[in-house]
Amino acid sequence: MSNPANNNTYPAYEKVMAARDSAKLTAVDYIKSLFGDSFIELHGDRRFADDKAIVAGLGMLHDTPVTVIGIEKGRNTKERMERNFGQAHPEGYRKALRLMKQAEKFRRPVLCLVDTSGAFPGIGAEERGQGQAIAENLMEMMTLKTPVLTILIGEGGSGGALALAVADEVWMLENAVYSVISPEGCASILWKDSAKAPQAAEALKMTAQDLFELGVIERIIRQPKADDKAMFESLRLLVLRTFEKNAALTDGELIEQRYRRFRKIGTAHIK
Amino acid sequence: MDFFAFVKPKNELEGSAEKQQNKPFVPEEMWVKCPNCNTLLLTTDMEENLHVCTHCEHHFRMSAKQRIELLADADSFEEYDAELQSVNLLGFPGYDEKLEKAKKKANESVRCGVCTLESVRTVLCVMDADFMMGSMGTVTGEKITRAFEYATARRLPVIICTVSGGARMQEGILSLMQMAKTSGAVKRHSDAGLLYITVLTDPTTGGVTASFAMEGDIILAEPNSLVAFAGPRVIEQTMRQKLPKDFQTSEFVLQKGFIDAVVPRSALKSTLAKLLRMHGYEEVK
Repeated sequence: MSNPANNNTYPAYEKVMAARDSAKLTAVDYIKSLFGDSFIELHGDRRFADDKAIVAGLGMLHDTPVTVIGIEKGRNTKERMERNFGQAHPEGYRKALRLMKQAEKFRRPVLCLVDTSGAFPGIGAEERGQGQAIAENLMEMMTLKTPVLTILIGEGGSGGALALAVADEVWMLENAVYSVISPEGCASILWKDSAKAPQAAEALKMTAQDLFELGVIERIIRQPKADDKAMFESLRLLVLRTFEKNAALTDGELIEQRYRRFRKIGTAHIK
Repeated sequence: MDFFAFVKPKNELEGSAEKQQNKPFVPEEMWVKCPNCNTLLLTTDMEENLHVCTHCEHHFRMSAKQRIELLADADSFEEYDAELQSVNLLGFPGYDEKLEKAKKKANESVRCGVCTLESVRTVLCVMDADFMMGSMGTVTGEKITRAFEYATARRLPVIICTVSGGARMQEGILSLMQMAKTSGAVKRHSDAGLLYITVLTDPTTGGVTASFAMEGDIILAEPNSLVAFAGPRVIEQTMRQKLPKDFQTSEFVLQKGFIDAVVPRSALKSTLAKLLRMHGYEEVK
């Protein structure tokens, strides 16, 4: 892949490139490595359609049933077309919310795996209420009475990523990025020049390391390889431990903790 | 400036611009051209008509101050958190200058307070397009969150008039997080059984649409306002096709089922008052 910033001047943009690398593991790979054969995919939002950009279902983490929801970009051209390059429509976010509500009903923890350049900006998506779908997820996830953990495994593109990231904790892979806008979009709006994306990537503070310092995420995770069984086992245990910790709280405590988590972000300078 | 300048032909004032010679010179302050029907309106007429074109009913944008005057009973608006000011949290290049400029035009991207509306007590938040196009920064999110927390504690309804270009990218991820933060505050207010009404005005887009703008119990919009998640330019770039003419107007989102009603400005205050009363909020003496 051509990389205009391959000279260490713009390390943030190198992370952006790494997060977008088509050879890296996708949500489906993580689900397979974490849940193995126990995974059962569940489809559809019960309102309009099944959005293939979001892959979701049930799986076992050791002895614990978990609802897992991932944004899937696809691993080859054919899959990428099918998955709409990991850009979900409103029905994708509504499928996710349906399954989160189901998880709440059955007291199952929810694991979200985020990898998207953003919610799809298209005519159908607007007609079916992309903004409303995301807004509803933000509201409902904030008071979901079951533990929720989100891991950013690649790109975290704006509202389309946040719609699956109102969680008790948010973790990022060391090469993942998370931003309010793509560096290209930012550069073209602010400086009328998308070639200044590397500078924008630095300014936006979008790497896992930046976000950890800003208090937006709780943990940075080493980038695993597909066959790295030990790494996935330790990730499995880490996820389980976090679920157990939060499952021990009362509903009220859990929701208060989640509210406080977001309430405090960026308020350090505010009186 | 020469007070009588407007009676002189334009070419005498600004040198000869030949193609302009036959057009009368219009001083900016006295007249305003309706962007919809091109009618020249006396500014005072337009303002007296609630900033609505007297010819075609095009709704001009209002500042937060004007909108507070439109909705709150005279002298009833008690503003909160006016001292909160956006700062350049991330050291984003050029943001300090932009903020300095914006602060000359408006205090902040949103003004929040409590007021009476036809004698009914309510929390009122009004976004201001004059401040960086109403973009949502940390202070925007904080003020709106505090407004909901205040309303929840005092069991008051909340009315928000939105106008926003979306998230404020100069505040990076912290701007995105305001979407979650405000949504959490809306949810708590809602779970307490309290009423939240949003009034979408032109334009309401991006991160504001994808958070508190679309979370009202009742969602109203002013006529012909742009209401969108992804703006038309973004979609045109993605789709490489022209969009249908009335795409993403308030009438369009009404037809698609995402808002409750399109309400002309002249009926806005009375509609809000009616809704407040129907939810049991009583007039204060």
